[in-house]
Amino acid sequence: MEWEVVIGLEVHVQLATESKLFSGASTRFGAAPNTQACAIDLAMPGTLPVPNKEAFRHAVMFGLAMNAEIGRRSVFERKNYFYPDLPKGYQTTQLAEPIVGPGEIEIHLEDGSSRKVRLHHAHLEEDAGKSLHEDFHGMSGIDLNRAGTPLIEIVSEPDLRSAAEAVAYLKKLHSIVTYLGISDGDMSQGSMRCDANVSVRLKGEKELGTRTEIKNVNSFRFVERAIKVEAERQIDLLEDGGTVTQETRLYDADKNETRSMRSKEVANDYRYFPCPDLLPVELSEDYIEQLRGELPELPDAKSARFASEYGLSAYDADQLTQERVLADYFETVAGKSGEPKLAANWMMGELAALLNREEKSIDQSPVSAEQLAGLIARIVDGTISSKIAKQVFEAMANGEGDADTVIEQRGLKQVSDTGAIEQMIDEVIAGSAKQVENYRNADEAKRPKMMGYFVGQVMKASKGQANPQMINKILKDKLDALL
Amino acid sequence: MAVDKQTVEQLAELARIAISEETVDEVGKRLGNVLQLVDQLQSVHTEGVAPMAHPLDEVQVLRPDAVTEPDQREAFQELAPQAEQGLYLVPKVID
Repeated sequence: MEWEVVIGLEVHVQLATESKLFSGASTRFGAAPNTQACAIDLAMPGTLPVPNKEAFRHAVMFGLAMNAEIGRRSVFERKNYFYPDLPKGYQTTQLAEPIVGPGEIEIHLEDGSSRKVRLHHAHLEEDAGKSLHEDFHGMSGIDLNRAGTPLIEIVSEPDLRSAAEAVAYLKKLHSIVTYLGISDGDMSQGSMRCDANVSVRLKGEKELGTRTEIKNVNSFRFVERAIKVEAERQIDLLEDGGTVTQETRLYDADKNETRSMRSKEVANDYRYFPCPDLLPVELSEDYIEQLRGELPELPDAKSARFASEYGLSAYDADQLTQERVLADYFETVAGKSGEPKLAANWMMGELAALLNREEKSIDQSPVSAEQLAGLIARIVDGTISSKIAKQVFEAMANGEGDADTVIEQRGLKQVSDTGAIEQMIDEVIAGSAKQVENYRNADEAKRPKMMGYFVGQVMKASKGQANPQMINKILKDKLDALL
Repeated sequence: MAVDKQTVEQLAELARIAISEETVDEVGKRLGNVLQLVDQLQSVHTEGVAPMAHPLDEVQVLRPDAVTEPDQREAFQELAPQAEQGLYLVPKVID
């Protein structure tokens, strides 16, 4: 039996506003508990919410980037449930008339193919606070700093067919929200959180299978693993003649398994109704068009431009535009060095390896774009060879200064002085009588290969600093003169 | 047509309110009356009428994104039954 996995994602993205969705309390991350929870966030009697205009601007920008319909009119509703980190007893959210309607984006897969994923809708809502369950004499500690922070919940259609596609979609969303500057997208701090609806069905079947919802998976890697392991669980269950129960499950990263979250609770009934404290929000056509004009260049457009303007391969252009900071870094290096292809090679080679090794992101790179451009310029003008350049790069990464400083201090300048190179070659030839004899007796066709030995010896003698093109030329002339 | 006992108990659980055994029937009857009123409303012909989100025919005013609320944690926590290390303490609930 061949099974097909069907996935839909609900992604919560924290918006990068200064203040909360309905109050003037700060949204800054990491403040002391409850110092950013005001009377409105605490649901004190007599308070009234007033929505944040910037949160709407962010949501509309997102909708425009997703080629989605924008709700000219959107309505807040109350989603009723009881939990200590939700002081009002309801979450103010949107249901029937959300700010962002249906849309569509293209995702790019590892094998180079791409596919469209439909957006069901995205709505504005407020985040809840945090509960701390450990060490309060059997009680829970509640921090309401996060309560009321604006979120957009982005709901996809069940269009994804594998864990890898789900990750590609998430990465695309991440890329879009960070390009727009509407969120820092930091999954480790909870700025982007993901719930996955997973079901399986026999290939060719039209009806969807019963789905389970995996809650709050907080890294790209865990999303991939959680979906894989949940799909396998459902397939095993069905192949053994069982049925899938519709339920919420939690992914346990340590055990790499999902388990049921709610055991005996009554089925959720959120009893939504329009929030009487808030009027419908209407946005004018002019305002939406103004925001459309303010959209930055988005990842797909930038990738296409990198390919045409800088002559990069589609793969390289795609890789370099996934993050806006990475793309900016590239443009600085390419612009300052005038060598876009070398810039791309260095970024995807040495720089990527360095960042990976030190577990740093591009904006924490120990080698700045200006420094890398300076290094590339010295390769191009022949001051150093590519091989020495790697040594200079490591030195820059260790904080030894820019390329010129490192080359100067370590004395790495390439030897391009004809006299000095000739002298080294003469010494090598004098000390390699046997190899010279072999060279002279060899077929003409085999000689170029035999040159390698001599080049290596000269390079060694120069500690890698002799100009390789010059060695090749002078060496060939001298050896051929001996024939 | 009173709301049956099981539904009343389920609603009470969702709303986290306690309803004593003796009052369940009475509450069921009263909720039934509310539903009767809803039935009456639903009999009104509303085809082609857009649902109303709010009784006031006005549009929401939005505020600029600025931090205007100072930290008043101390004042708020004086009202709370229990607080420790800046956190509000509540009976343990794990979902």
